[in-house]
Amino acid sequence: MSYGMKTFYNGTSFRRDEIPVPDNDTFFQSILDAIASGWRVCSYFGVPNSHGVTLYCVMSARGGNGALGISATSVGRSFPSLAASCPQLHLFEREIAEQCLTRPEGHPWFKPVRFQKPLCEGTGLWSESDGAGLLPAVMEFYRVEGDEVHEVAVGPVHAGIIEPGHFRFQCHGEEVFNLEIALGFQHRGIERALIGGPMPRTMHQMETIAGDTTVGHGQAYCMNLESLAGVFASPRAETVRGIALELERLANHTGDLGAIAGDVGYLPTASFCGRIRGDFLNMTALLCGSRFSRGLLRPGGIGFDCDAAIADDLYARLQAAREDLSGAVALLWNTPSVMARLEDIGIVTETDAREIGLVGLAARACGLNRDVRRDHPYGIFRMSQIPVVTASTCDVAARTHLRWLEAERSLDFIDEQIRHLPRGGYRNPMKEIAADRCAVALTEGWRGEICHVALTDSQGHFERYKIVDPSFHNWNGLGLALRNQQISDFPLCNKSFNLSYCGFDL
Amino acid sequence: MTNSTIINSTIHIFLALIMPPLLLGVIGKTKAAFAGRVGAPFLQPYYDILRLLHKGTVFSTTTSWVFRAGPIVALATTAVASLLIPFGAHPSPISFDGDMILYAYLFALGRFFTMAAALDTGSSFEGMGSAREATYSCLAEPTLFFALITLSRLSGSYSLTGMLSNVSSGAWLYAGASLLLLIGGMFIVLLVENCRIPFDDPNTHLELTMIHEVMVLDHSGPAFAIIQYAASLKLFVLGAFFVQLALPFATGSPFPDWGIFIVSMLLLAVIIGVVESVMARLRLVRVPQLLVAATILAAFSTLLVIR
Repeated sequence: MSYGMKTFYNGTSFRRDEIPVPDNDTFFQSILDAIASGWRVCSYFGVPNSHGVTLYCVMSARGGNGALGISATSVGRSFPSLAASCPQLHLFEREIAEQCLTRPEGHPWFKPVRFQKPLCEGTGLWSESDGAGLLPAVMEFYRVEGDEVHEVAVGPVHAGIIEPGHFRFQCHGEEVFNLEIALGFQHRGIERALIGGPMPRTMHQMETIAGDTTVGHGQAYCMNLESLAGVFASPRAETVRGIALELERLANHTGDLGAIAGDVGYLPTASFCGRIRGDFLNMTALLCGSRFSRGLLRPGGIGFDCDAAIADDLYARLQAAREDLSGAVALLWNTPSVMARLEDIGIVTETDAREIGLVGLAARACGLNRDVRRDHPYGIFRMSQIPVVTASTCDVAARTHLRWLEAERSLDFIDEQIRHLPRGGYRNPMKEIAADRCAVALTEGWRGEICHVALTDSQGHFERYKIVDPSFHNWNGLGLALRNQQISDFPLCNKSFNLSYCGFDL
Repeated sequence: MTNSTIINSTIHIFLALIMPPLLLGVIGKTKAAFAGRVGAPFLQPYYDILRLLHKGTVFSTTTSWVFRAGPIVALATTAVASLLIPFGAHPSPISFDGDMILYAYLFALGRFFTMAAALDTGSSFEGMGSAREATYSCLAEPTLFFALITLSRLSGSYSLTGMLSNVSSGAWLYAGASLLLLIGGMFIVLLVENCRIPFDDPNTHLELTMIHEVMVLDHSGPAFAIIQYAASLKLFVLGAFFVQLALPFATGSPFPDWGIFIVSMLLLAVIIGVVESVMARLRLVRVPQLLVAATILAAFSTLLVIR
């Protein structure tokens, strides 16, 4: 069943006229049918044009054949909202309304997403009458009424050094009834800047969509440009990209394990992991001179070759780091007071996780078996699989434990790949990118599924470049995790998700 | 008043003024050692207080005199309490029958003003912090009183000096079980009253999980320096009570006894540092359970001496 969509594989491109454009009813019904049978929405966005908006929906098919589906439809000033029956669409529909000025009729939670200016001419659906734009977090928040209910507002300026976001809690004593999250403070207009691209600076913008996910976003962009230009990265380049992606995962998972330990006040692991994270970042620096992989990925391959001396050095450092990390993390599992603090906190049930469309580690901690590296393999992962690990307890302990299990598997993967680097060139010359084509790339960043969709116009420029960061799917999960929890557990829950603000805000 | 009393009182006041921040430095160094780090210098808490004293203070226009009084009352009450408690084998500078009640409620008065100052800011965080502080201090108070009753029964005295000077190796011989239970309960009280792990994390920056630190979020500059110093003095004063219970060693000659006292206090700081290093914070809902357990320990120790 393809539900009337064009099916294709991750990292490929096709002519735009191959995308089926059914009428509205067929389009929306096919999305509903597909979701009901277990498909998942990867990206859902609008492209404003002279006579309205064209909506595109990219979905991930159920089953093991790795197919993705895409279809489109044209709408005018409004379109029917599916959010009430498919909660995973709710944020996408708000985003379409904000960017393309078309109203999702019947949306149950119709509020701005990033408080950004629309991509097309006109005033936003929420703007003041004088045409002034909105300021982030200036909106009606959900309120629980009652004498004993109190409201706690946190942020956008926090006591720690983290990104800005506003959290509104409705509490009864220490218990949280509802958490509403308002983001948008970091909006930089990346998608708007990409229209008419690619430009020489585009690669740098991609590397900084979320500063800690350079390889995840960078590779998705490289895959799109390569498939649009008909260029292939060499096996050697693909292997180094895979190694860099797993190093990024290792550095962030290690940092998170330390930060979770720090949040529960358990000092030894917090201190050790802080240092070991630095070791992984330094390994990345070994590959490209930047601790955050800037400059490593380039369309057509990689920016720097990984010669034998570097590979040997990396291998040696990896063994040392594995030993250190195993010791530091074992302390967590062996300390009852830490485990008591992590268990049964911040539970998101598997049903909820599926409905709101969680991705990545947060989804796997709820027992959902999804991983782009296996479901829609790309690059090196077509040749070499990393086993997917899931947990069933759905709590902070599950998300913590999974970080360690994934880190172990990433270590094994790099171990094997770094010793068997394919020979050959590391960077193929790029060509002109093709006109009137659509390319879709999914990668599994350390937070989860990253989806980039590129649509080129008749001159071979981007008419629209849509980016979906895993945080876009997952912020709602944090809100659900806090229901009926102690408000003092919020920092711990937040850290266990560790979502990106700037990746969401774009 | 004899010469030795004057000398002892001078040393007492001198120690109470100078030594408290050092305990924080020792705790920090111990935790750093467990984390495999060099850590801040022992004297870092002094530097911090000096730095804060040189800064300006910001007062919100929505606050009243209560907000300004908070730190001063907290320091004043703790300072008076430090005069009531004997340091080691030496009698306290001020001592009278029933001073133990004053001792207990001086802390309560300081806490009341800290909480009132927090509520004065109108911040939701500080309100939550005050609510937590009020709950936990209510639950910690019975433990302290059971301890005072037990000690008073053992010594037949109603002043802290009489009660604590009676606890010696001799007392351990005939009331060891009772004192052991008391030490367990009082150690919990010591940790909770001074906002140490596992009850509170003095180093956290997470405003939603803090207890004491969240109440003083709006204080800055010299006012915050006063709060920092008062907090270390409180640790010192409660620590002195605990040390006299747990390590009642005395030589009988004054100067070696002062040495023993200082070493015992530093040892206590190391023990607190170790506790903070090897365990995580409790979930906040678990804190009352542990406090009730401390009360039960202290109540049993009272039962043992009353039978």
